[in-house]
Amino acid sequence: MQRKIQIIYVALISMGLLLATVAFFWSTRVQIIHPSGMIAEKERDLLVFATLLMMVVVIPVFVLTFVFTWKYHVQNKNSKYLPNWDHSVSLEALWWGIPLIIVAVLSVVTWDQTHKLDPYKPIASNKEPLTIQVVALQWRWLFLYPQQGVASINLFQFPKDRPVKFEITADSPMNSFWIPELGGQIYAMPKMQTELHTISDRVGKYRGSSANISGKGFADMVFVAEVVEEEDFDRWIQSAKQAEVLDFAGYRALARPTEDREEKLFRLDDLKLFDQVINQYLVPGGRL
Amino acid sequence: MEHIVKDHELYRKTVFGFWVYLMTDSILFSVLFVCYILLHTSNFGGPTTHELYSLRLVFAETMVLLTSSFTIGIARLYASRQLVRQTLIWLGITFLLGLSFVVMEGTEFTQLVLEGNSWKRSAFLSSYFTLVGTHGIHVSFGLIWIIFTFVLLAKRGMNEHNFRRLTTLGIFWHFLDLVWIFLFSIVYLMGAK
Amino acid sequence: MKEFIFGRLTLDAFKHDMIEYGAGVSMGLVAILVIYLLTVKKKWGWLWHEWITTVDAKKIGVMYIVVLLIMLIKGLIDALMMRAQQAIASGNQGYLGSEHFQQIFSAHGTTMIFFVGMGAVFALFNLVVPLQIGARDVAFPFLNAVSFWLFAMGALFLNLSLVMGNFGGAGWLSYPPLSGIEYSPGVGIDYWNWTVQIAGVGSLFSGINFFVTILRMRCPGMTLMRMPVFVWACLGTAVLIIFAFPILTMSLALLTLDRIMGMHFFTSDFGGNPMLYVNLIWAWGHPEVYILVLPVFGVYSEIIPTFSKKRLFGYHSMVWAIIAIAFLSFIVWLHHFFTMGASPGINSFFSIMTMAIAIPTGVKIFNWLFTQCRGRLTFATPMLWFLAFILIFTIGGLTGVLLSIPPVDFQVHNSLFLIAHFHSVIIGGVLFGFFSAFAYWFPKVTGFMLNEKLGKWAFWLWFVGFMLAFMPLYALGLMGATRRLDHYAADTGWQPFFIIAAIGGLVIAAAIGCQVLQFIVSIKQRKSNRDLTGDPWDGRTLEWSISSPPPFYNFAVTPTVEERDAWWEMKHKPKEKPVYKDIHLPKNTSMGFWIGVAGFFFAFSLIWSLYWLLPLSIIAIVTLAIIRLSDEEVEYTLKAEEIEKLEAQHGTHS
Repeated sequence: MQRKIQIIYVALISMGLLLATVAFFWSTRVQIIHPSGMIAEKERDLLVFATLLMMVVVIPVFVLTFVFTWKYHVQNKNSKYLPNWDHSVSLEALWWGIPLIIVAVLSVVTWDQTHKLDPYKPIASNKEPLTIQVVALQWRWLFLYPQQGVASINLFQFPKDRPVKFEITADSPMNSFWIPELGGQIYAMPKMQTELHTISDRVGKYRGSSANISGKGFADMVFVAEVVEEEDFDRWIQSAKQAEVLDFAGYRALARPTEDREEKLFRLDDLKLFDQVINQYLVPGGRL
Repeated sequence: MEHIVKDHELYRKTVFGFWVYLMTDSILFSVLFVCYILLHTSNFGGPTTHELYSLRLVFAETMVLLTSSFTIGIARLYASRQLVRQTLIWLGITFLLGLSFVVMEGTEFTQLVLEGNSWKRSAFLSSYFTLVGTHGIHVSFGLIWIIFTFVLLAKRGMNEHNFRRLTTLGIFWHFLDLVWIFLFSIVYLMGAK
Repeated sequence: MKEFIFGRLTLDAFKHDMIEYGAGVSMGLVAILVIYLLTVKKKWGWLWHEWITTVDAKKIGVMYIVVLLIMLIKGLIDALMMRAQQAIASGNQGYLGSEHFQQIFSAHGTTMIFFVGMGAVFALFNLVVPLQIGARDVAFPFLNAVSFWLFAMGALFLNLSLVMGNFGGAGWLSYPPLSGIEYSPGVGIDYWNWTVQIAGVGSLFSGINFFVTILRMRCPGMTLMRMPVFVWACLGTAVLIIFAFPILTMSLALLTLDRIMGMHFFTSDFGGNPMLYVNLIWAWGHPEVYILVLPVFGVYSEIIPTFSKKRLFGYHSMVWAIIAIAFLSFIVWLHHFFTMGASPGINSFFSIMTMAIAIPTGVKIFNWLFTQCRGRLTFATPMLWFLAFILIFTIGGLTGVLLSIPPVDFQVHNSLFLIAHFHSVIIGGVLFGFFSAFAYWFPKVTGFMLNEKLGKWAFWLWFVGFMLAFMPLYALGLMGATRRLDHYAADTGWQPFFIIAAIGGLVIAAAIGCQVLQFIVSIKQRKSNRDLTGDPWDGRTLEWSISSPPPFYNFAVTPTVEERDAWWEMKHKPKEKPVYKDIHLPKNTSMGFWIGVAGFFFAFSLIWSLYWLLPLSIIAIVTLAIIRLSDEEVEYTLKAEEIEKLEAQHGTHS
């Protein structure tokens, strides 16, 4: 009897903890479950869908574990004991078959959603996309606006409801560009250009960071992505145009290893600066 | 062979184990081939494959290596008939052929380095030197192994241990030949067009 | 001249901060204590003859366990330091500098995967496989010893880096360009490189060894389909090792060439391609995690039937599941870097293949559960670990499938969600499986039982500790926390979760304390806990048919097998009188140890650029190999009369 009480206790405590966990994830503190951008929302939906689908297998596993532990415990004299029962075609068909079906369903959904949520895929919208070029440095992020002729460090802005196309590279070891509340993540690699598309439907300040270790100051590779109204964005661009000019020489100074967190704005006259950064790695003598 | 090998279990499991080791060596070379295939166009402004490869030298190397495979085969045939002197002669010839191969490759590498086209010049050259060089290092170890087998054979005659050693050495040598054929085709033939 | 002799080695290599000094001094004190005890008890001869020169798989297995337990404690200390740092560093720098923190997590991962995980795999291979197939030893006993000494030298390097120089700070896989010579010019990455490379070569040799052993040295009558499922699992693991480890060897070699000879495989300029390294290292890395977990799946396939007093359910299914998992593990590697920018078609392919692996894994879980169904279950410690495994590994598997969906992965890649996932499967799977196996086979190896009560305490502390330490990490990952951060802003709200995780770490420390205590108490009580029958659990496979501990020749008479669960069948039939024959056993040799030492100096010379030591160590390795390989007297004969005498002393029931 004592064994059974123990098992009940464990089952109850486990269920309680599980419910508490689920309740917690529902709270708004968990940004990935409560994001602020369309891409992140779709990614969250996929996460929830897959989790629920897998419950078809996971819940029976937990239930069976408890039931068998209870029922076939050696102290339970009433249970059937079949020491040589070691195969069943129907049961095997069940546990090869049902997971197979689940994986098949999930595969179709995955194929579809992976294509729809491809970071390189432009976001359908009636508004013109804003291009922001991103350079991962040691140990901060530089944002270039080729369409507006401005640049900023450690913080950048873009208007809400407007699709944004990030063109990303690095002048440092491999980093990863990630804004959890807006969704999507892609590596920033020297000599290469990756792309990420995103859009946000609400104003706010969103934390971004690098998700791949790049040296001593890695923990400081935090930046702020600020989503604002169109008018505020235009004002920000104007103030950046009054700031100091960023040319290639100035860029090289910025790119030196530092852990400085100061947010700065620049005017960008050389709209091809981004290509120059990448080019350093492609021509002999480019990095001197 | 039955009259030489007394402990069949030891012979068979050693030879089998050696084949398994060669399987792992193939994976090693596969990684190098993959790297070469992916990097051979990354010459970073330096010379390309077309500019560097001398098919004449490579042809000579190939002939030498293929012939050495033939001669080591003959050595083993004599070994299975327990004719120690002939085995030693043909092992010696194999050694000289293998040595010529290594020397030829060494001169090819030296030439490249003196021209300024060392492995530091570009990813292409790094992958070239490493792939061809790894094969060359394997052949060099094979040469040491031939000397080792030669000495033991001369001292102890054709006992089952020496026969087993010669068997695995032969398999190793043929394997290196096989890798060379891939190398020759993928690196030199495809690169020199 | 000074540079030639000392290379990169200067007095600076010995300068460290207080914590590192403390660690180094502690290690030194332990070493001195061990040397003192050996000298006072006059055990040097015993150490040399019984352990350092042994080629007996059973002893080699014990040595693997010794090393792995030491490394487990070291890895745990690393973990506690990390947990403490992250619990404190909310809006401040914490107590550890960034570089030190980065070295700690890199060492933690390297230690746990290569020395605890792989150590457990090879310990189980050595201790159990020959016994379960009715063999006297492995196919290549000398190679087995070499494998162990290379493993031990790797562990030595990792610990040496604490005292002399420093360890790499680029993670347990050291991606370039960060690990290239430009961004990491010091010796740290080289230490990491050679630690892994040397241990890796040892692993490769073991893979070959056990592959040949299982295929060639089974006793008469033991066809492949009559082998215990544990042996099948080890066979699958050996195949994985054979195909995967050469990729690791080459990847590390190419990184070495980049660093030492100025090559450009993985540099970002000169035409190199860091993405190539990422692909290669994970082409090895994914099979590696299945190498770690497959033997543990095999362990459960042995333990559950024994403690359910029932045959394993679905033997054929289990075998095919192992083969499917082994095969699939080679075509999923890209799921470790969905975010590196591959096309959606490629990402989807690898995603679907990854999900497919969940199918045979689930099949195994159901077969274990239905082995229990309609059995008679008892819950000694080995079975408790199985229950924790079911809970935690299933959560790990579920989160694994979530991670395998690219768009979801974009949100959790390299976050603490990932860390929680792999700790769930590695601790819940590999580590708990190892603890289960340890409790199960301990009496066979040592001849006495482990203290059950302390075992149960350790189990509960581990279980609760694991939950406290890792469930908050799932939450943190979903809150946008990346991995490997040594400090973070206070307004992220992460600190409470890190504090809970740190408490969990302390509970785990208490659990390990319990296990150490269990070990000590069991040794003290060993006379009253003796296993006199050789079969304390009423087992089903051949290892339980001989005495505990087994005689050095394993089986006096090689058994002949007629069906699966060979010992279960044999013990319920009348016993025949044994007929003894002469047997050949391998002699002890110190060559394995010396080759390991020469390997150590080879790597040491490359780390510190001691270019005079390099050719000397290469010559030493080649010479030692030549001496050993030309030795034709490597076996001795044990006469039948001698065996009969030894058997009578044991009082066995073979």
